[in-house]
Amino acid sequence: MGTIEVNGKAFETDEEGYLVNLADWNEDLAGEIAKAEKIDMTENHWEVVNFLREYYNEYQIAPAVRVLTKAIGKKLGPEKGSNQYLYELFPYGPAKQACKIAGLPKPTGCV
Amino acid sequence: MLHIVNKSPSERTALASCLAHARPGHCVLLIEDAVYAATRGHAAGEGLAAAMASQVKVYVLAPDLEARARAGAVADGVSMVDYAGFVDLVAKNPRVQSWL
Amino acid sequence: MDQAGTVKKFLFVNRKAPYGSVYALEGLEVVLISAAFDQDVGLAFLDDGVYQLAKGQNTKAIESKNFSPTYRALEGYDIEKLYVERESLESRGLTEDDLLVDVQVLGKAEMAALMDEMDVMISF
Repeated sequence: MGTIEVNGKAFETDEEGYLVNLADWNEDLAGEIAKAEKIDMTENHWEVVNFLREYYNEYQIAPAVRVLTKAIGKKLGPEKGSNQYLYELFPYGPAKQACKIAGLPKPTGCV
Repeated sequence: MLHIVNKSPSERTALASCLAHARPGHCVLLIEDAVYAATRGHAAGEGLAAAMASQVKVYVLAPDLEARARAGAVADGVSMVDYAGFVDLVAKNPRVQSWL
Repeated sequence: MDQAGTVKKFLFVNRKAPYGSVYALEGLEVVLISAAFDQDVGLAFLDDGVYQLAKGQNTKAIESKNFSPTYRALEGYDIEKLYVERESLESRGLTEDDLLVDVQVLGKAEMAALMDEMDVMISF
């Protein structure tokens, strides 16, 4: 268990830095998690993070990378629906890093 | 195919469901609380007899019967197996389905 | 999975209602993980398992996670074979219209035949 601090308030995370309570999430907090992951959030990063939050709201799971890639391609265009694009944005893995920044639990089956 | 059932037929529908999906040539092994189904006079006997009549083979695990004091009351047509027999059944059937 | 490149027919058999035990949720998670192995995966719902697919689940007051929306994500995981047993629906007062995903409804005998075609069956 750990915590992450934003604007003087502490939020609970698990030992890997994933937010414990989904409802705690806001953009400031996302920015703080991104900073800890050494990611400079651009519009393209936010696009993926927001996509993940929408996916989670609809299906109640964080998607596997393969599923995320396919779904992003469908929604945001084929040039963005590739592993290469997503790994450039999130070098340690889109599922892991982007999900963490989006405040979602670690994807099921993610190793 | 080997079907394995471990729930009492008086408490759960696992055995009934299993027998409804077992096909001729399949084996059904009763273990744990499911062994009661294979004892004389049990209400589940009718379903087992019907399955056996349609070429489903029924086995019951002896150690579980003995533990429950029912080893002397095994219904006609049901074969008792020990743990080695359990292993043989698994080895000889290429597929196993557990009815939890 | 024991030989590289061999695709086997898997059937995940769901026979338990969703919130009274952990089987349904655990089963669903195993199914999602199995999608990574590129096998031929199908799901069967029979007995109380058909309740897993009931439309309109609302778990707010029981403080459990409502995982029913996740069945709608299966398509995105290329898991498109969902089989529901007709007799199980009928004896519970349900019809196909009460379910939250598109399924193939099979009679008991058809379900038994389907199971007989499988290489591996995993029950929950």
